[in-house]
Amino acid sequence: MARSRPGPLDYTRRWWLRFWLLATFVFLYAPIVILVVFSFNDSRRNIVWQGFTTDYYVRALNNLSLLEAFGNSLTIALLSTVISTVLGGLLALGLYRFRFPGRSSVEAASALPIVVPEICMGVALLVFFAEIGWRPGLPWPLSLANIVAGHVAFSFPFVAVVVRARLAGFDRAQEEASKDLGASEWQTFRYVTLPFMKPGLIAGALLAMTLSLDDFVITFFTSGPDTLTFPVKVYSMVRFGATPEVNAASTVLIAVTVLLTILAVRLQRPDKGVA
Amino acid sequence: MRPPIVSIDGVTKRFGETAAVDQVSIDIQANEFFALLGPSGCGKTTLLRMLAGFETPNEGRILIDGDDMTRVPPNRRPVNMVFQSYAVFPHMTVEANVAYGLKVEGIGGAELRRRVDEALAMVRLENFRARKPDQLSGGQRQRVALARALIKRPKVLLLDEPLSALDKKLREQMQLELVRLQHEVGITFVMVTHDQEEALSMANRIAVMDHGRVLQIADPRTLYEHPTHRFVAEFIGTVNSLDVEVRSVDGPHARIRHPLLGEITVERAAPDVERGVVVARPEKLRLDFSAPPVDGEILLDAVVEQIAYYGDLSFVFVRCPDGTALQISRYNVNRQDKGDPAAGSLCRVGIHPDDLLLVGTG
Repeated sequence: MARSRPGPLDYTRRWWLRFWLLATFVFLYAPIVILVVFSFNDSRRNIVWQGFTTDYYVRALNNLSLLEAFGNSLTIALLSTVISTVLGGLLALGLYRFRFPGRSSVEAASALPIVVPEICMGVALLVFFAEIGWRPGLPWPLSLANIVAGHVAFSFPFVAVVVRARLAGFDRAQEEASKDLGASEWQTFRYVTLPFMKPGLIAGALLAMTLSLDDFVITFFTSGPDTLTFPVKVYSMVRFGATPEVNAASTVLIAVTVLLTILAVRLQRPDKGVA
Repeated sequence: MRPPIVSIDGVTKRFGETAAVDQVSIDIQANEFFALLGPSGCGKTTLLRMLAGFETPNEGRILIDGDDMTRVPPNRRPVNMVFQSYAVFPHMTVEANVAYGLKVEGIGGAELRRRVDEALAMVRLENFRARKPDQLSGGQRQRVALARALIKRPKVLLLDEPLSALDKKLREQMQLELVRLQHEVGITFVMVTHDQEEALSMANRIAVMDHGRVLQIADPRTLYEHPTHRFVAEFIGTVNSLDVEVRSVDGPHARIRHPLLGEITVERAAPDVERGVVVARPEKLRLDFSAPPVDGEILLDAVVEQIAYYGDLSFVFVRCPDGTALQISRYNVNRQDKGDPAAGSLCRVGIHPDDLLLVGTG
């Protein structure tokens, strides 16, 4: 059968577009693939492939300070995600629901942490915690409190933006219908508004979690000398040479993030029909 | 007479400076299909929302079945509403949507199941109970909204432009369906609409509103044949309006003068109408080419200017020598009929004084 010329919308049948697509993917994922592949490299150096081994995973798992840093990162991420999701969701709802003087200023101000350079946020938080006399050296979960606060400060606006975008498509008559049918204010929120916000909340929470897990700059400035998070620990390991152990640890982090993403997408699936 | 199921008593609602609803008083009887009719911005939706409890009047009272509901929140009123956008909950199935109003009341188990089945059967959606709203057509979504409201057994069902989102065929079908439903459940329906045909064909009584005021409350036939205001005459159906000079009034009649008609006696719309215009419906005028006048008929010479053909009827636009434009409707009752006159041809228009009505311009 003779192949017809591709039509204007047959993008996938133009070789140069396919090539472009491929190049984009290589550009995006080659570094990650190399990182993962070399985490199985049987060599102290990270340059030449010597053979397959899982030794470095075992070693990373036995590296207590790395594990502690990972545990810290997960704890911080979990706490800051929960807090930012609640705060961001409420902010979005408030901005959607109410008209009040200075509303647009509040909206702009709440989005500021998204655009302020992270390094400035880091310095600002450092100065702030010094100013209020925050003392490092508290017992474990409390020692993370200032990092959590820092993470919440820069991630809840992201949640708010995502949820706000979701609410823009909300038909307010649904809330009226709910009350008209006898529901109280709380029942209306619980059964009508919240389910509508849910996909936005999940997406926002995922974003907050990812932002928190891999944050380096703000954590670096706010953490005390004794508290290490995963990115900060990896950084200090790399300073002594990028061994496959670092690769292995990073691969685990990638796996965790990918799993979280899949989970979040799964959770959103029952709602995909919501328009 | 029984006390009214809904009593709107001197209600005013202001948004800022403007009164959206201005000193409105309406009594609606039990089992009525009542329509609030008017152009957009006339206050009809605001009035409906005050019945539902979404707006609070600045003045006046609203009584439902004898109880003062003026300041009762929407979730404690014995009324339910079908929203213009239907506002069906998108994340719930048809069944969950219909059950919602009972569930929030704490009704469950066998009673819930029985009443949901009943409500779904009433709107013929038994086979769609597991569907989500995005898998339904517009008409089906509306049925969900109806079932969801009727399951609460309200004393009054409020309908906000219930048919405006449907296409023409479906709209006609739902008109009949709503009337059937209203007979079946025996609940008072209060409908807001801007569509005069919808109001005429569905409602028992209609309140015509303009600029926040009620101009006339009457049954469809009275509104059409005996409008009291020029606005009502022109909003409902089509009408020819002629500016006339009123010479004298006498009870239900007035002596008027018009350059085309001469001095004749016509009916007065209301006892307080002492100035105004004379109106005549296009189907009451007779397009005549040669036949002698019917008893008492006035014949006017005119030129055919334009014809609008609708199949079942045609509108013929004519102009009299003095410049007066008239519109006449002609029913195409006979297939062998020669059809409408050609544009530009001369004709005569027959007007009977009995078909003229003097209405106020206020």
